[in-house]
Amino acid sequence: MNDARTAGAATPLEIRIDSKAFVSAEGKPVEVIRDLRLQLDAFSFGALIGPSGCGKTTILHIAAGLDADFTGERRIPGRGRLGMVFQEPRLLPWRTVADNLRLVLSPDESLDRLDGLIETLGLGAHLSHYPGELSLGLARRVAIARAFAVRPDFLLLDEPFVSLDVAVAARLREELTTLTQRERVTTLLVTHDLNDAIQLADKLFFLSTRPASVAVEMALPPPRGARSKATIDEIAREVGARVPAYMPDVTRA
Amino acid sequence: MAKVVSLAVLLGLWALIAWLAQSPLLPSPMSVGEMIVADTRSGELPFQMACTLARVAAAFAIAFTLGVAGGYAMGRSKLIDRYADPWLVVLLNLPALVIIIFAYIWIGLNETAAIVAVALNKLPNVIVVTREGARSLDPALDDMAQAFRFTWQSKLRNVVLPQLAPYLAAVSRSGLSIIWKIVLVVELLGRPNGVGFVLGSSFSLFDMTRILSYAISFVALMLVIETFLVQPLERRTNRWRRNAA
Repeated sequence: MNDARTAGAATPLEIRIDSKAFVSAEGKPVEVIRDLRLQLDAFSFGALIGPSGCGKTTILHIAAGLDADFTGERRIPGRGRLGMVFQEPRLLPWRTVADNLRLVLSPDESLDRLDGLIETLGLGAHLSHYPGELSLGLARRVAIARAFAVRPDFLLLDEPFVSLDVAVAARLREELTTLTQRERVTTLLVTHDLNDAIQLADKLFFLSTRPASVAVEMALPPPRGARSKATIDEIAREVGARVPAYMPDVTRA
Repeated sequence: MAKVVSLAVLLGLWALIAWLAQSPLLPSPMSVGEMIVADTRSGELPFQMACTLARVAAAFAIAFTLGVAGGYAMGRSKLIDRYADPWLVVLLNLPALVIIIFAYIWIGLNETAAIVAVALNKLPNVIVVTREGARSLDPALDDMAQAFRFTWQSKLRNVVLPQLAPYLAAVSRSGLSIIWKIVLVVELLGRPNGVGFVLGSSFSLFDMTRILSYAISFVALMLVIETFLVQPLERRTNRWRRNAA
């Protein structure tokens, strides 16, 4: 693969995966992604939507640089500083919340720099707790705080609302909208939930089934994060018309 | 409380049997106690125990450092594991006594040989346990550390070692008890001091009082180390688990 860093912060995130294959249990290569192109303007919010098991997380891992075993190219914005929120929070259970955050700061920085972030995400009262003492919703918030703490040039979110109850997910969506707009960070969200995608994103990428590629690309009208119920319904209808093949599966999930 | 009662009963039984037997082969707890006090006052007992303890510490440090490094490498790399595993099996199955004899013959009857022999005896066990720990490291946390660009030092300290901690704690506890027993054999066979040496010379004189007083003193010392050093350390590394939901 090729790996390039685009100069300047206001540059897009571009992923081109010509082919990505895994080796099956029988030792045969199975192609999971083919001819996938994904371009995301600087500071915009893209959502990658597809049914479970279609390769979304693999694409995210390639975007993150965690998986270099593919043919294609990856261009990342600015200094290439990545903030990532994994599906499971992946906090270090033996470190307190404060220490989990401190670990991603440079040695000369103090936690004070994150005061605003900690306040927005409502983590102030939990800094001395260990991750095992937190609810899933809180642990996700810590993971989000950690991702923003590195002052990312691009942010990758892997199903951050999965297994959360409706109210908690709604609040987290609001916080994410606030943070991505305030910190001006190019963001790619992976989700199976069309509603999350429509509420948060500027651009939707619908994946085809295996081998996955982008089947339909759809730009949404601004402003994101503050769309009315009517707008959301309208977008959903349009999605239904343009991506009929597997949409029922996606929305039901 | 139960521990105290149980030990008191054991002591009582010993006193009773010694009183009934009236033999120099089974001295009473009283005479053993008197010898412990006398030898402590003369400085003999502390000196011999210090010699043994120094060997235990040196052998432990060597076995632990090499074993953790080797076990980690074998747990993380299939290639290293494939090549090093047969050596490990050989070392695991070599009797302690054979290693001690080899060391004394090849290196000489000296301190280096003694410590090397003990460390080599403990090494394979440290490797096996650490390898298990390294195999069970969570790849999800590896990805996290890579995504957030942890330095290798930070990854070692914050991601790897805490996951290995339960394995390292187990290996230190079992290690300490195995090592001090082997140290006594090494001393018996080829050192001019230490608890093992004293036990050997007392054996040739049939001096049961001295054998018992040194053996008991050393067991007591190891219990103190276990209670006041190993256990608190283990509790400290497991602190984060206590409140976990």
